[in-house]
Amino acid sequence: MVEYSKPLPEITPDNKPFWDACKRHELSLQRCQDCGHLRLPSPICQKCLSMNSGWVSVSGRGKVYTWTMIFQRYNPVFADELPYNVAMVELEEGPRLITNIVGCNNEDLRIGMEVEVVFEDVTEEITLPRFKPVS
Amino acid sequence: MSLRDKYAIVGAATTKFGRLPGSTPIGLTVEAAKLAIEDSGLKKEDIDCVLTKFPRTGFVNLYAHQIAQHLGIVPTIAAEIDNAGATNATLVQYAMMAMDAGMIKAAVCCYGDNPVTGVPGTYGQGRGSDAAYGLFGVAAGYAMITLRHMHEFGTTSRQLGAVAVSTRKWASMNPNAQMRTPITIEDHQNSRWVAWPLHLLDCCLVSDGGAAVVVTSAESARSLKKPAVYIMGIGQMHIAWELTHRPILTEAGGKESGEMAFRMAGITPKDIDVAEIYDCFTITPIMTLEDYGFCGKGEGGAFVEGGKIEPGGELPLNTSGGLLSESGMAGMQLIVEAVRQLRGECGEHQVKDAEVACVSLQGGVMHTHSTLILRR
Repeated sequence: MVEYSKPLPEITPDNKPFWDACKRHELSLQRCQDCGHLRLPSPICQKCLSMNSGWVSVSGRGKVYTWTMIFQRYNPVFADELPYNVAMVELEEGPRLITNIVGCNNEDLRIGMEVEVVFEDVTEEITLPRFKPVS
Repeated sequence: MSLRDKYAIVGAATTKFGRLPGSTPIGLTVEAAKLAIEDSGLKKEDIDCVLTKFPRTGFVNLYAHQIAQHLGIVPTIAAEIDNAGATNATLVQYAMMAMDAGMIKAAVCCYGDNPVTGVPGTYGQGRGSDAAYGLFGVAAGYAMITLRHMHEFGTTSRQLGAVAVSTRKWASMNPNAQMRTPITIEDHQNSRWVAWPLHLLDCCLVSDGGAAVVVTSAESARSLKKPAVYIMGIGQMHIAWELTHRPILTEAGGKESGEMAFRMAGITPKDIDVAEIYDCFTITPIMTLEDYGFCGKGEGGAFVEGGKIEPGGELPLNTSGGLLSESGMAGMQLIVEAVRQLRGECGEHQVKDAEVACVSLQGGVMHTHSTLILRR
């Protein structure tokens, strides 16, 4: 396997279940066990400040909320891919996350486009959730 | 009890801007502080508070205390505060609060940094774990906000370009501005993409430089050599750090920060003669003008067209050239420019009879916001 040279997410005790689920090819969010609020990894519920939480699998379906195409060479490891997209996807369940849209030309990307999660095992440890247009 | 008109800016100064080889963050900061203290007519022994923003090029422990030591000041209060690009106006506000608490008599609020020659790439670092998806720097975040603004309100790239063209016109009359050659909308449209839909000319400069102001009570200000610039209103608001956590992207903390400041000042945007509005990217003043109520939500793009914000226009905006054309520094220079406008010191780019100014600073990716309303 060619060594993966791009930046990787930092795994912390707070977000490890999210990345562990990605490794199983599941998109999983944290749910507050007191008020039910669904959130991206955080040690505390932003709605009720409860620290009791569990993890639930979500549909992996959503819509492109906004996106950009990066032309600037910020980091040489992305140089071959310029321009590439970075998108914000709003999941059916509400939370939004930063990701990339794959399986689609950048020119065809649209706000509101329906997308679904695909998983890319980039290293033995890390699997990145990306999204592709719903066919 | 309102702080309106109780405190004043009595000294204001900047260093040179741009590529300053041999400069250091602390050197630029103390140079600006020295110049601002000299401008005020106070002696350094009169200053009992040193506030600063820590340099973006790297965290320094007890930074304000080191600056105080270099300046030969033994402060009652010293602090480095981080509200990103909004910091410098918040320093002025915290100085006012400390004076109102009776703890200090006069503060120097100062900032300097050297991201060009010191730590190149400072503003292009990966954004936490999102760097895994190629998210570096801040332009991408502003690009995603810009696209939402275009989507929701029909804002166009040419409207963004009107901001860039205007700041360059102002800068052409400012000898200390970095970019003084006028540009056209076509130049803006033809400039390369950085993060679509943002062109290069939608993005501010990155600059070495420093700027500082001295704040004291209105009463003390009256005995000093230069005309006092009174602080009529202040505001702040800091919304979610991550773009993903904000309910909407097309309104920012400027709304609450602006409302707070205008309410304290007892005036409305119609009363503003000069606006110095943080322009790290062209979308920022467009959205801030909306959030402050200079125009309705979604109308910012149309507002900046047609010369309204240019020299001779109805609302002179970023009269020194702003971050887009004067200096990409983190905002203290906009406060300095507002002070100079109200004192009538701006020479060729002076706005005639400027009596009331507003300053808007913001930072992160529209995450932090602070407002000052000033009068002569």
